[in-house]
Parts: sequence; C-alpha cells; structure tokens
Amino acid sequence: MTTSTASPPTKKGSSLFTKKGGRRSTAARQNLFGWLFVGPFGIVFLALLVLPIGYALYLSLFQKSLIGGTRFVLFGNYAKAFTDPNFLDGVWFVIRFSLVLIPLQMAISLAIALMLDIIVTRFARFSRLMIFMPYAIPTVIGALMWGFLYSENFGPLANIFGIFGAEAPDFLSKSLIFYGLLNIVTWQWAGYYMIILYAALQGIDPTLYEAARIDGASQWQIILRIKIPLLSPALLLILVFALIGTLQFFNEPKILQDLAAGSIPNDFTPNIYAFYQAFSLANYNYGATISFALGAVVFVCVYIFLFATRKRGSFFE
Amino acid sequence: MKTKPVLAAIMTLAVAGALAACTAGGDGGDNGGGGDASNCSNEIKNPDAPVVTLWAWYPNSEAVVDNFNEENDDVQVCWTNAGAGGDAYDKFQTAISGGSGAPDVMMVEADRIAVFQAQDALVDLSDLGYEDVKDNFSEGAWKDVSVGGGVYGAPIDGGPMGMIYRTDIFEQYGITPPTTWEEFEATAQQVKDAGGPVFASFAANQPAAVTAYMYQTGAEPFEYDPANEGEIGINLNSDEIKRVLDYWAGLVEKGLVGTEDQFTPEYIAGVIGGDYATYLSAAWAPGYLQGAGVGEGADEGVWATAPLPQWDPASPVAINWGGSAFSVSSQADDPELAAKVAFGVYADQASLDQGWQEQIIFPLNVDVLEDPAFQDYEVPFFSGQQANKEVYVPAANAYKGMVYTPLQQFYYSTLTEQIQNINDGSATGSEAADALQEAVVAYAEEQGFTVK
Repeated sequence: MTTSTASPPTKKGSSLFTKKGGRRSTAARQNLFGWLFVGPFGIVFLALLVLPIGYALYLSLFQKSLIGGTRFVLFGNYAKAFTDPNFLDGVWFVIRFSLVLIPLQMAISLAIALMLDIIVTRFARFSRLMIFMPYAIPTVIGALMWGFLYSENFGPLANIFGIFGAEAPDFLSKSLIFYGLLNIVTWQWAGYYMIILYAALQGIDPTLYEAARIDGASQWQIILRIKIPLLSPALLLILVFALIGTLQFFNEPKILQDLAAGSIPNDFTPNIYAFYQAFSLANYNYGATISFALGAVVFVCVYIFLFATRKRGSFFE
Repeated sequence: MKTKPVLAAIMTLAVAGALAACTAGGDGGDNGGGGDASNCSNEIKNPDAPVVTLWAWYPNSEAVVDNFNEENDDVQVCWTNAGAGGDAYDKFQTAISGGSGAPDVMMVEADRIAVFQAQDALVDLSDLGYEDVKDNFSEGAWKDVSVGGGVYGAPIDGGPMGMIYRTDIFEQYGITPPTTWEEFEATAQQVKDAGGPVFASFAANQPAAVTAYMYQTGAEPFEYDPANEGEIGINLNSDEIKRVLDYWAGLVEKGLVGTEDQFTPEYIAGVIGGDYATYLSAAWAPGYLQGAGVGEGADEGVWATAPLPQWDPASPVAINWGGSAFSVSSQADDPELAAKVAFGVYADQASLDQGWQEQIIFPLNVDVLEDPAFQDYEVPFFSGQQANKEVYVPAANAYKGMVYTPLQQFYYSTLTEQIQNINDGSATGSEAADALQEAVVAYAEEQGFTVK
C-alpha cells in the first residue's frame, strides 16, 4: 500500500519534467513538494483508515458458521442485518436516545454559554472551567463514576431520597437505564458544547449589542434577536457532532454493563452488538456487516438532517 | 533536477519508516499475545531449556510457575496474565482467528472448552499424557474438560456448590439451614415476614450458576458430540428447566430473593451489610469473598456453609459452578511439551497446598480430596468449620459433569436476557425457557448445526 502512494507523485513529476521545461517545471516541483507534504498523512490515512475499512467491507461479504466454514454471500449479511430485530432495536434505541438527548444537551449548553457571556466576574471563569471539566475526564472513568453514584449502597442518591423517606430510583435498572445514561452523556458533553458556543459568542461584534441597546432592546431581546441567530452555525455544528456521536453510542453502556448486565444486553446499541458478534461469538463477518449497516444509518440520518436545515446553514458554505 | 535524488531518498525513508512501523507493530502484537518467550512475567530458571508460554490468571500463578520451573530442567514456563475470564478469552479468540499470537498453554474454564474446540483451537490430549494422570481425577472432572471422545484440558480446580450463610441472621430469626428447595422458600418467607433480609440473589449476570441449578433438577440442556459433526440436541424448555426457572421466578415475585447482579461492588457491599441471608455459590467463593473484603471487621466470624438445598433429599444431586483447566493451544510449537506443562503445572504438592489453603482453588486432584489434611482443614473464613469434609468434598465426589457446546457464549448471553425478563416480571419462568429454546435453536441452525 505504501508504494502506491509513493509512486504517483514521482511519475507525474518526472513526466512533467521531461515534456515541458521552464515555468512548468517550477509548477511540477511545487506539485511534487505538495505530495511530499501530504505523503506522511496519506500513508497513515491509507494504512490505518482506508485499508481497514476496505478489509471490513470485504469481510462483511462472507458468512462464517461454526459448521461448514466460510461462504461468500454477497449482500446476504446486510439483508440479515436489516431484518435482525436485535440490530433494529438497537438502532431504534439510539434514535430515540438522540431525539431526547440532543435537544436537552443543546438547551443546557446554550443556556450556560449565554449566562457565562453576560456575567463577567472571576466567578464566571471558574464556573466555565468547572462546567468544562467533565469533558476532560475520560468517558470510561466518567461512566464508572456514575455507576457508583447511582449505587444504592455507596451513592448519595439513597441518602438524599432517604431524607424524604423515599426510595431512590435505581438508574441501573432496565426501566430507568435510559435516563441514567441520558444524565451521564449530558454531564460529559454539555461543557464541551458550551465552550464551542461560548467561543462563538465571543466572536460576535459587541457594537451590535451597543446599537441594540441604543434602540432600546432589553437583555432578552438581545439574546433572542442577536445572539441566538448569530450562534446558529455553531448550534448546527454541535448538533451534527452530537447526532453522529450518539448513533455510535458505545463507551458508557459498555462500561455500565459490568454493573448492570441485565439492563444492558449485548444488543443494546448497534456498536455493542457489533462488538459482541465479533469478539464474543467470533463472528467477524457479521460484526463488520453491522458496523457498515450502522454507518449507513448514520449517513442517512445526518443527510436527512443536513438536507432539512440547508436553507439556514452558513455552516455549509 | 538536483532535488530529485534527494526527494527519492526522502520518499524511500518515509516508505521504509512506514514499513518498519508495520513490522514493529506486528512484533509488538506477538509479544502481547504471549507467543514470544522474551516477555515473561516470571523469571526463567534454566535459560537453556525450551520454553512453553502460558496464560493464567490464578492469583498465585507466579508461585505455581516458579515451583514448576524449579522442578523441571528440560522445560520452562513463561507465564503471562492476559486478564481474567472474558478478557483472556477475547484475546485468545482474536489470536485464534488471526492465526498467530496464542500461547502454548491456556487456562480455560470448562464451559469454554467446547467453544474453542469447535474452532480447532485446542489439542486433544488423549495421547499426550492423559493416561498417566487419568486416575488422579474423577469421572465428572474429566467429563467437564472433554468434548465427545477427546480430552481438551488438564483439570485443575472445580466449583462444587454449597450454601454459604450468615450465622448472625440465622440466629436472629431462629432458623436452621434448609435442606430442600421447598424449605428454602418457606424459610425465606418466614424471615421476610419477620422483617428480615432477602434470602439470596437471582442474578442475571450469572448464567453459569443458573445452568448449574438446571442440572440439579435432572435437566440435560444439551446433547453434543463433535463426532457427529453438525448434530446437536437442545432441550432448554424441558419440564425440568421450566420447573427450576418457575421456582426462581416465584421467589423473585414474592420478593424472597434479590435480583442484583453479582460480583459488582454494589453486591459485595450488600453481602457485607447483611442484605442477603445466604450466598449460593461454589467452593471458591470464600476466597473470592475474602479478596473483596468480606469477613473482616463487622461481618467477621458470621459465615458458615451447608450443603446446597435439594429437590429430592432421597436422591441428592451435586452441581458445579466454575472451575478451570489448562488446555494446549493448536498454535503450540511443540504440543507434547505443552501437554507436559498443562498436566504438570499446578500438580505439585506445594502449589496445590498453597492453592487450597489460601482458598484460591478447590483442587480436583483425588489425592488432595482424600488427604486428611485437606478434609479436616478448619477453614478460617467459616470460623473453623471443616467445610471441605462437611460440604465440598462430598459435593465434588458426587458431581457427574455437564455437557458444553460451541453455542455456550450465545446461550449464556440469551439466558442473561431471559433472567432479566424474569426479574423485571416481563416473563414467567416457563415463558423464559421457551424463548431461550427458540433463540438458541435459531442460532444453532444459522451456525450450520442440525438440531435433533
């Protein structure tokens, strides 16, 4: 794979060198240097991204069974995946999860960013750091930590509810795990999105506020008429991030699985299902298929979303 | 024009660098996989002897390997801890699928042997020293490590089950250890009515224990012999299995047992805090509980053990949860030498003694089981109770073995889901058994088996 990246620039370069002279050769040399600079990235890109994806695609066209070995089935695995209730339930779960999570996350991060934009004391800087901090904690540790916080024996929830004589909800149970995870993911990402929005707010020209105030606009009107409209590109950006991230949901449930196996089965989300197929059942072919099928779902969802919001989007220019 | 050779040189360097990175990565993988002897966790005593690589996660692996290396000049063991249970299996599975990187000898629990055997990942030890040690182990012990007519592991330890209970709770409510499951339910009800804790936990994440309960009713969930390749018997919705699942579903519904996952910090905290009157578990449990901090401080001296309750006390059935063996991987360079290690490591007196005295393992070696020192041992965790003689040795001797299949992984995963369904009330025991049967049969057929 490495030779294929290395050879085209040399060939192209040398042919240009011999055919034309003078000015062209400078362009050719620049061209060559361009390739040289792109080269290291290109090699890594091919070796670590394109090749594995190609190999996974290749794998997904075969079916291996415990008896009878491996057979070429073309798109048979895909036909199976899109009728496999385990996979479809997982997809439906992440879609439902996105529909609740993303608006919630955006509302929270937007509210905090707007607040921090207005308050200009030392306290604001401190708060900004604190709110951002969960993002700096690795997902795995965050999930483990929340696993303990939800615990009936260790967690503070039991004590807090105990004060009112009530029983704490078990966020690791099958019926509440949705909200348990919702809370963990929001906690982890809201600070990050807040920073993006906050940075975008800093980029707005303050003379706009001044002009608005002279026109008699209230703080609310400034937020609703100036800040939020000007933030829309940033909001769209985090929306797409969140959408892609949530559809690939894996880390948090995988970690919590050890604490709540019954609530998080091996087909909880499509990614967990792919992991289970490949590494527990040794069915690499179907695991690869599910990954690609999930990729297709993500693509379709993001495309629909971008299509629906294309008129708004300074983001897409 | 002058730049060209320079460029070519840089390009070559870049390519060479990338290639070097590739090969370096490959080597690294091998080391990590344990296929290379240069990366042992232990010291090799005799560097001239051939080396056999070993993955094991017993807490005293290092001492056991040192014992072996000191006593054997002609072969040395290079030990790696590749993680306990699932972690090690995932790595082994990847190495098997990838064709390289597996160790020569691997610690495998009985219920995984058939899974790897079906992929030709393990070597049949029938002709590699099995005859010499055959009499050291019971029939049940050999059955667990055999698939059809082949022997795919050297048995080490087992998990004969008993009922560990809290003497303080039993005293407080004036109860004695129940001997039948009927009594178990009645006693649990009695304690609950008096405002006491639940009696045990029916955990979704312990499908192996639930499978053991099934065997106690006389169920035969699977029939499998790889000699008739492609044929498998699946009887997961038999009357016996429905009986045991309905029984537990009843206990859950009446609130007599908890439904928390086991082996979690949450569960251990509950055990220490007296949330459960009993812990139905195997002979290795005291070692595990102690390691997790049970039996120290407030709950010190409150533990005792009794035989597991029976369905029919006239014809008791002993069951087993857990236990492991050493298997030889099909990637072993020298299967004969590897087999010698598999049979020899953890077979010497010093290692075995240390293993049972510290309750790391419950040995299956008949010599140890019959040894008065072992039988009369006063287990500190049980406040000096002679637990081996009273509970575990009889259970180990009466154990008949189970049938495992290549479907084990899928079966466990599905059983976990069904136990969860029972626990949250969305299925009765019988419904869970029917769903289990349907799912496992479908998977077996998809995997190319003919279901009998």
